[in-house]
Amino acid sequence: MQINALYKALGLTLGALLVAACSSTGEINEGESSETVTKAEEVTTEVTEAVEETSTTAVDTSAVSGESLESRMTEAEAALLEQTVFYFDFDQSTIKSDSKAALKVHAAYLAANSSARVVLEGHADERGTVEYNLALGERRAMAVRRFLLANGASASQLEVVSFGEERPVVMGHSESSWAKNRRVEVKYQSR
Amino acid sequence: MVKQWISALVLFMLAGLAQAELVIEVTQGKQSAIPVAVVPFEWSGEGALPEDISGIVANDLGSSGYFKVLPVANMISQPTTLEAVAYSDWRNLRQDFVVIGRISMDESGYTMEFHVLDVHQKVELLRHRVKGKANQLRDIAHYISDYVFEKLTGIPGVFSTRLIYVTTNRERSRFNLNYADADGAREQLIFTSQDPIISPAWAPDGKKVAYVSFESGRSAIYFQELATGKRELVLKMEGSTSAPAFSPDGTRLAFVRSSLGNPDIYVMDLGSRKIERLTTHYAIDTEPQWMADNRHLVFTSNRAGGPQIYQLDASNKAVKRLTYEGNYNARARVTDDGRKLIYVHREGENFHIASQDLDSGQVHILTTETDLDESPSVAPNGSMVIYAASEADRSILAAVSVDGEVKFRLPSKYGDVREPAWSPIF
Repeated sequence: MQINALYKALGLTLGALLVAACSSTGEINEGESSETVTKAEEVTTEVTEAVEETSTTAVDTSAVSGESLESRMTEAEAALLEQTVFYFDFDQSTIKSDSKAALKVHAAYLAANSSARVVLEGHADERGTVEYNLALGERRAMAVRRFLLANGASASQLEVVSFGEERPVVMGHSESSWAKNRRVEVKYQSR
Repeated sequence: MVKQWISALVLFMLAGLAQAELVIEVTQGKQSAIPVAVVPFEWSGEGALPEDISGIVANDLGSSGYFKVLPVANMISQPTTLEAVAYSDWRNLRQDFVVIGRISMDESGYTMEFHVLDVHQKVELLRHRVKGKANQLRDIAHYISDYVFEKLTGIPGVFSTRLIYVTTNRERSRFNLNYADADGAREQLIFTSQDPIISPAWAPDGKKVAYVSFESGRSAIYFQELATGKRELVLKMEGSTSAPAFSPDGTRLAFVRSSLGNPDIYVMDLGSRKIERLTTHYAIDTEPQWMADNRHLVFTSNRAGGPQIYQLDASNKAVKRLTYEGNYNARARVTDDGRKLIYVHREGENFHIASQDLDSGQVHILTTETDLDESPSVAPNGSMVIYAASEADRSILAAVSVDGEVKFRLPSKYGDVREPAWSPIF
């Protein structure tokens, strides 16, 4: 009986350690990869500039096709920029894959408009406890912040605030309402 | 003076939208509830008494769940003096105890004298006198209830204690912090805002409360003196600052500070206002609460995946996990005797209040009738837990005894009632 309990306790501890280990690795990876991305971008920019410097006169006609591509991108961007609310799973702060395209456009917009400022407002559904949900809302907003930073926005453009479960958009007590309340809202303070 | 009146009036009008007006409804009493009769007290003054003292005492004892109170209509006789008591009347009505009393008034105020009688032994158990002013009649009634409760159960009564809680309207555009008697009576608005108010907490002397207000656009911790209404912004830091908890000796405030999305537990010395960080972990660490020894805290952390309860030694920062059952255990409170941990526990798709014996580790789910239970707060005598729950699309307050036997609700007429905090014994 006692030995059983001991095994159980050991199992739990090991489990906890494993989970802790996994999430810690995850966390570090995220941090590292975002840094790498930023560096890579810096490098790319430098390279592009270098190319432009050396070949200003050589390429003339390709500029036309470049422009038309850009305008098409702008249309797609404009549509994605309209999406300002991003949803999360219960007790999770991982950005869903279907949020990424629109968030990348927001990041690009911020990168291109250095005077633009956004508040990232994190929210949770009503389930669970008030303070834990406040932390969870903040985690979600921070996940969006990291994603935007990794994709070109700068830290001075982004402010994070959490309202936990205090500001639901839908009042119902069902999964469909809760799903709408577990969110991060990207709110532009200036464009 | 006029300015004060106007601001009081404005406060009143603003608050009107989200006034709660709580009324106790007992939903489940103890199996072993003691039968007791509270005979209407004799009033020797002129006119009617502004408060029905014996009625309040009967209501207090009944709402505790520890007593089964005999309705006045069922009484065969209504004695108000010892000489007039016929024990056989009460034995026939199967009562264990009878409370009788008299109220008189002179220039100094009201005087109440009451007796508690043991029906089976046919003896007077106790006799007591209490005095007060006209505006203290409810206090006098609760004092009598506390006195009788403690004599008959051995547990200090909590009828004279207070609650603070948050009420909101449906649109979440108005948040009120309210102060009321433990039975929901005499509700008073003490702070109102368009922005969320959460995590109210009592200072151990009962004179001050701390809470989190979002009025500045983000969460910050405020103190408010109850007698004067004076507010102080205590902690506003980059990121969010929340979850204030006074140490039982009143010298320190534990709180949560989150910088760059990483909430950790901190403690502030209330004398020097020096801040010390207690946890350093990339996971969410929140909801700190002191244990009675002024040294240990319990808190919620998702360092093992989902939220679980941990214990923290403030002197050496050692952390120990306390909960293992289920994947969501949060917002723990510890009873003053240090024996029970009360927290929010997820069971399947629902959230209930659980109690865990800290020695044996045994977990007991206390609530089943209510949904989405949160914000448990333990009464200062360790007998009851008040919490917020969802009922018919609204948030109400409900209470359950630590043994799960007694249950009552404090429904409000409208609005949502949340985040209750039970005061210390004054």
